[in-house]
Amino acid sequence: MKHPITLTINGHRHEVEVEPRRTLADVIREECRLTGTHVGCEHGVCGACTVIVDGDPVRACLVFAVQAEGAQIRTVEGLAQGSQLHPLQQAFMDHHALQCGFCTPGFLMLSTALLERPDPPSDAELQEALSSNLCRCTGYKNIVLAVRAASKAMHATSGAA
Amino acid sequence: MSAAIAAAGETPVVDRPTEAPVAVPGTTAPHNDRPDPFGQSVTRLEDLPLVRGQGRFAADLSFPHQLHMRMVRSPVAHARLLGVDASEALAMRGVVAVWTAQDVVGIPCIPLREGPSVELDPYLQPILARDRVRYVGDPVAAVFATDPFIAEDAAERVSLDLESLPVLTDATAALGEFAPGLPTQPTTIRKGYGDIEAAFAKAACTVELELATGRHSGVPLETRGAIGRYDAARDVLELHGAAKVPHRNRDALARMLGRSPHAIHLFELHVGGGFGVRGEIYPEDVLVLLAAMRLERPVKWIEDRYEALMTTNQSREQVHRVRAAVAADGFVLAMDDEFFHDQGAYVRTHGDRVADMTAGILPGGYVLPAYRVTGHYRLTNKTPAATYRAPGRFESSFVRERLFDAIAQRMGIDPIELRRRNLIRPEQMPFPRGIETIEDNIVFDSGDYPLLLQKTLDALDWPRLQADLQARRAQGEAVGVGLACFVEKSGLGPADGVRITVDFTGAVEVVTGGASVGQGFETVVAQICASTLGVDYRRVRVVHGRTDRIQYGVGAHAGRATVMTGSATHNAALRVRAKALDMAASMLGCAIEGLDIVDGRVIRRGDSGPGLALGDVASALAPTARARGEREPGLTAEGWYETPSMTYPYGVHVAVVRVDRDTGAARVERFFVGYDVGRAVNPMLVEGQIVGGVAQGIGGALLEEFAYDENGEPLAVTLADYLLPTLDDIPPVEVMITEDAPSPLNPLGIKGAGEAGINGVGAAIAAAIDDAIGQPGAVTRLPVTPVRLKALLRQRAG
Repeated sequence: MKHPITLTINGHRHEVEVEPRRTLADVIREECRLTGTHVGCEHGVCGACTVIVDGDPVRACLVFAVQAEGAQIRTVEGLAQGSQLHPLQQAFMDHHALQCGFCTPGFLMLSTALLERPDPPSDAELQEALSSNLCRCTGYKNIVLAVRAASKAMHATSGAA
Repeated sequence: MSAAIAAAGETPVVDRPTEAPVAVPGTTAPHNDRPDPFGQSVTRLEDLPLVRGQGRFAADLSFPHQLHMRMVRSPVAHARLLGVDASEALAMRGVVAVWTAQDVVGIPCIPLREGPSVELDPYLQPILARDRVRYVGDPVAAVFATDPFIAEDAAERVSLDLESLPVLTDATAALGEFAPGLPTQPTTIRKGYGDIEAAFAKAACTVELELATGRHSGVPLETRGAIGRYDAARDVLELHGAAKVPHRNRDALARMLGRSPHAIHLFELHVGGGFGVRGEIYPEDVLVLLAAMRLERPVKWIEDRYEALMTTNQSREQVHRVRAAVAADGFVLAMDDEFFHDQGAYVRTHGDRVADMTAGILPGGYVLPAYRVTGHYRLTNKTPAATYRAPGRFESSFVRERLFDAIAQRMGIDPIELRRRNLIRPEQMPFPRGIETIEDNIVFDSGDYPLLLQKTLDALDWPRLQADLQARRAQGEAVGVGLACFVEKSGLGPADGVRITVDFTGAVEVVTGGASVGQGFETVVAQICASTLGVDYRRVRVVHGRTDRIQYGVGAHAGRATVMTGSATHNAALRVRAKALDMAASMLGCAIEGLDIVDGRVIRRGDSGPGLALGDVASALAPTARARGEREPGLTAEGWYETPSMTYPYGVHVAVVRVDRDTGAARVERFFVGYDVGRAVNPMLVEGQIVGGVAQGIGGALLEEFAYDENGEPLAVTLADYLLPTLDDIPPVEVMITEDAPSPLNPLGIKGAGEAGINGVGAAIAAAIDDAIGQPGAVTRLPVTPVRLKALLRQRAG
């Protein structure tokens, strides 16, 4: 039994029909064809499927798509403005914060939500937040460096403006 | 020295023996106005699509009208398979077919890559279980349906008739039976040299230990995936989602399916981590191909995490009984080891190579005049095992370095001093080890092991570190340091080739048989090509993982990619360069010797003029161009690199660990890696490989374990039970890359870096825990979980 729902992703409306058991991650990937959101464990441990729902980082594998109707959903595809990369995307490249790149969209969305809070995160807050996602390649060192650099860049910009 | 260490927040610096810029042989690099990309920490070519969410991993690829496959797997560890009833599943709407072993009669078992082997072949895995199931997760049937959810629902309705058989979970226990007449030990590995008996007879002291490494594995964050597609219009069978060794797998699959290798092609997509386990041939790869042909629709299979943790290759589980004969001055006269390698339920594509490598590399970088090893390669009723990053080295480094720590303790010699007395000296290089492993006669090609040890101690300010820890222990903290020395191996030959072509825009394409598992392969190959040819590395496109573009390839494993494919790229680029200069000399009316290629333009040396664009030279060499004259058409060349043997990088690992006596938790406070890579093509990527490897090593030393109960039931089938390290578990890793011993075996002097980070982690952490709790020799088994560490602490109290 499928239900018609409308999902708003990166500002675009997607009208889809889904079974109630389909997760948000599945529907973003399979129905909306936004495959930048990755599925690594399907039970909320790895964080590869992290998207932003109404401003908060959410594990899209732990939410049913039907629960997300009416919400503002943001995925990795919405980070860059045309060819202008988001400061986090640029920082991940500059600091070699990715190897295979599978966990990267989840880390980017987690960090985006973190850095959009009014105050820049302290090192301890950063450490705690980034400990919620798994990366198997980098050993995390460069991810921390990248997020810290982006934090500086973003808060410098917003402070100047 | 500290300038050479990349700590948190710094760009990696390489400790290069001289201030001279790195010059690639055969070229005039570095060029005047642009730094030579070789040896530079340039950003990666791979990254842009990956940070934009535009990557294409296996699950991201779909073909119109595709079917979805779901496996029906054994729920028990060992049983006779009496029957399969799929009638209920077949009656479901959307289910197209259900296959069992009877449907794939005639398809052979998945073969050894380096086979055949009379001893091992009877133990290979069929693509669907025939008369027995041998581990929880063993594929019994395959369901094909129009939707992945329907396929999964249908798979649950396939019922199996099973009759229990005795379960074997301990590789050191009495042998069982794989099948009638086939004992669970298919082969025994024996190696050695020197007179063991004489060494033990004259020893001042002997030391004996039993040591074990736990079962853990690569666990890439992307699960496996395979999409089979048959293109009837061209009569080509395609496998999408290949990794690691696409060319070797194409050949094996062609043989299994009775096709010409020209009529089956493998395509690598983005690969979400390899680590040795991804990209081997598994039953599902064969099934999607067979189904694509028979069902005449593309067939997609994506592994879920539960399946990944019970069917993808596991690794590392060994028990060693090792003893050493030691002279009065601490010189180790001989090492004698007997070990049991738990292979799990079937022999997979590697055969006995992990056990063989363990036996071959166990002596490490110590002189050891006599050595003997016996490896029992045993089957059990657990998930089959194979290679995981630094196969045989993580295990053997743990055993060897634990043994050396025990010898130091017994003889009352400082563990560093003991190692100094036993390390091979630089004047002994090249050093023939006296044994072979994986068909390679081990000869350490170059190295100054004592120098690297000294540089590591200097970088850490060892006396001060010891004093600090001593002071903290005096305050009641359980904190300690451990050190491990190791020799890595890389560049497994014997040959690799690439083809480089420059097009009329001046863009360069390098077609390789290499593969990318996320390690930065494209960037490194582009840097080597750009450096040799004289172009910007960003103008180089590296094609890999496509069997339809090049006939041969070695893939990405065994620390091969940079050494083998990199050297072949250098050789091909030299030939393209020579062709370009020859054509350009004619076009410019001057001598070849007066020309150079800088930033994609052929210029006269010492002349500031614009020169000639490489793309225009390519145009002049087009088959139809008159300017070409008698020259061979195309600005293109193939290049090969052949090596007589492997090249051996080496390293030192140091861990500082704090133990919480109440909880039994061991926390790595600090981790240092000193590593000689010969020549670093891209220090940032070398450091990235090392830091990532350390993190995985910490997982294997403290957290990760595929535990099984006595019935062979796997106890770690989710990421909540199988604990991958998080940021919170990993200290800031410090890396010192040195270039004191370039390899004499290849034109660039390079050695592999992929396995440098993980090799000695188990050994160093074990030693640090001993030191922290003041119980020398306490750690004999990995991983050191809180439960095990509490037991060790109780032992002392009791």
